[in-house]
Amino acid sequence: MIHTLTGVIGTGKGAVSAQVATLRVTAKRLVADDVLTLELASPAGYRLRDWAPGAHVDLVLPNGMTRQYSLCGDRWDPFTYRVGVLREPAGRGGSAYIHDELRVGDLIGVGGPRNNFALVPSERYLFVAGGIGITPLLPMVRQAEMLGADWQLLYGGRRRASMAFLDELAPYGDRVQVVPQDEFGLLDLPTFLGAPGAGVKIYACGPAPLLTAMAGACAAWPPYTLRTERFVAEDLGAPARSTPFEVELARTGTTVAVPPEQTVLEAVTAAGVEVLSSCRQGTCGTCETVVLSGVPDHRDAVLEDHERAANDCMFICVSRSRCDRLVLDL
Amino acid sequence: MTVTQGYGTLPVNDADPFGHEVLENPLPLHAELRDAGPVVYLTMYDVYAFARYEHVHAALANWQGFQSAAGVGLSNFRYEKPWRPPSLLLEADPPRHDAPRRVLTKVLGPRALRRLREGWHADAERLVDEVLAGGDQFDAVTSLAEPFPLRVFPDAVGIPNHGREHLLPYGDHLFNAFGPPNDLVAKGAPRAAELSAWVNAQCARDLLTGDGFGAQIWAAADRGEITPEQAPLVVRSLLSAGVDTTVHGLSAVLYAFATHPEQWRRLRERPELARVAFDEAVRWESPVQTFFRTATNDVRVGDHVVPEGRKILMFLGAANRDPRRWDDPDAFDLSRDPSGHVGFGMGIHQCVGQHVARLEAEALLTALARRVRRIELDGPTRRHHNNTLRAWESIPVRVHLEKSI
Repeated sequence: MIHTLTGVIGTGKGAVSAQVATLRVTAKRLVADDVLTLELASPAGYRLRDWAPGAHVDLVLPNGMTRQYSLCGDRWDPFTYRVGVLREPAGRGGSAYIHDELRVGDLIGVGGPRNNFALVPSERYLFVAGGIGITPLLPMVRQAEMLGADWQLLYGGRRRASMAFLDELAPYGDRVQVVPQDEFGLLDLPTFLGAPGAGVKIYACGPAPLLTAMAGACAAWPPYTLRTERFVAEDLGAPARSTPFEVELARTGTTVAVPPEQTVLEAVTAAGVEVLSSCRQGTCGTCETVVLSGVPDHRDAVLEDHERAANDCMFICVSRSRCDRLVLDL
Repeated sequence: MTVTQGYGTLPVNDADPFGHEVLENPLPLHAELRDAGPVVYLTMYDVYAFARYEHVHAALANWQGFQSAAGVGLSNFRYEKPWRPPSLLLEADPPRHDAPRRVLTKVLGPRALRRLREGWHADAERLVDEVLAGGDQFDAVTSLAEPFPLRVFPDAVGIPNHGREHLLPYGDHLFNAFGPPNDLVAKGAPRAAELSAWVNAQCARDLLTGDGFGAQIWAAADRGEITPEQAPLVVRSLLSAGVDTTVHGLSAVLYAFATHPEQWRRLRERPELARVAFDEAVRWESPVQTFFRTATNDVRVGDHVVPEGRKILMFLGAANRDPRRWDDPDAFDLSRDPSGHVGFGMGIHQCVGQHVARLEAEALLTALARRVRRIELDGPTRRHHNNTLRAWESIPVRVHLEKSI
């Protein structure tokens, strides 16, 4: 197999591209009842930002909604992201939009990847997935296998037909226990987990009742054994926008317009303000800029949720604005 | 000279990139390699070379195709035993690279460094005052570039005071050891075991202060983010990669200003350019000149194929002066945007301490600019040869002080 050395974003002499934060839907497939996968790629064929199992991206949908989804593809393919999306009838409309409206070829904003659920080193892992919670665990089991770790996955769902990725888990044989509720009832966590001990890490993702049950079942295990991820609906204020906005440079006293096809970094650089940057992908943290007022649309892979919520800084190589006017300390 | 390979003619170069002639002045070889093509075969070491910005940048970002776990020096760990246990960061690939990198990224991130900023600026002012009190002539390397990192960084890591003089020779040998087993490696070999043992001993938890980078790495091990076995090796990475590199980065920017008085004036007018100035110096001088990668597949580069398992020498210094990427690349110019240079590398292995280096440089340059009106060379400079680093042994300078102070 021969690979071709492919260029990376930001190598051009002058321009930086915003395309790393805007990707195209290249595939949309139904993989189980009410579960579909989306594949995303750079419209210009660039590498995507690196990620590790447990990472999620923020999808900024064309309707202005922002939703977080775990990456469940192959990190050795740097050109494709894959996410799994469950239709949630009781949700706020993001998954319904993706299921019903979003089409192959559409462009969507992408923030991150960020990772609050990283796979830490261990000789033994126990994974517990409930329903769509399988998505972050899928790349984890692959990686555990690659590392030669001892691992087991307990995967519960309502019905077999509603459980995604069974085909991809089949090759792992006995390591994976598939437990549809209508056939076997609720997950038997104590039996699966066994006696508490050292040298094990337990990863769980799924609906809130499962995570609560996991916390109880793991109470006697050593600290930091159980790692869980649950997405909470954030109040991001104004919806994301695809229209131009203004950036006021407080120190310089000028205001620059940022059209959709330009990054904030490009716009302020063009206005003659020196801002040091490096990766231009929102990962290295060099271009951190103080936000004096306004609400940024964070697309970086650096800030944690509470740091984002403070809205006191942004990485202008990728992040944008949720309001008409941002005031930056530049 | 060229040889035929596949369906194209692969450019070949017979120079020794680790020979003293090239180490004294690598720029002519860099230009030759860049002009020869996107990939060049180096006969002396049976390796491939990238010297153009586009290809160096792309290969550094492409960890899937160009691995580090086979060693980032000439030695191929697939066939040869490393001289020390491999670095968990520099000489590792995902997935094993993930956890140590994640921990260190957090410990050394810009947000974590905020608490050091004030203290380091004050330390820089004290050092500059001490040096200037000794007269207007001094050696910028031994008076500023070496003492400042050696003053602030080991404290920030939290190692004891005793034995810190071992840090520079350890780093020097480590960076020599990425090259071929030449006279530079032989020169460092007699002390290598002793210096390694000292460095390894400093990584133990009970020797580290309670609030430094070292203690934070051990705390991450307590939380299970890395294993207790990994923690000392992650601390070792700080001590290996965090001292010589910043010393030579600071030497580079001080030499640049001593030879570009108009740029010094510009910095004095606008001290907020200190960070840009440092990155421009890192681009211009590239204190880390080269690192190797190993092809994980046959990789097509232009008209040629680098075969799987072969080493490729990445010329960061050549990429940083590639006229295909940079206007007037040989000029040290604060009006340039140096962003995107590969002096800190790029991609998942990009220098995890880059924010530390920038903070050190910003502190030192700011303190110097406050008191020094002009800085100029005051005698012949002398290079320090190292297989990986572009370094100065001596930069004699004379300074003219701001009269009002």
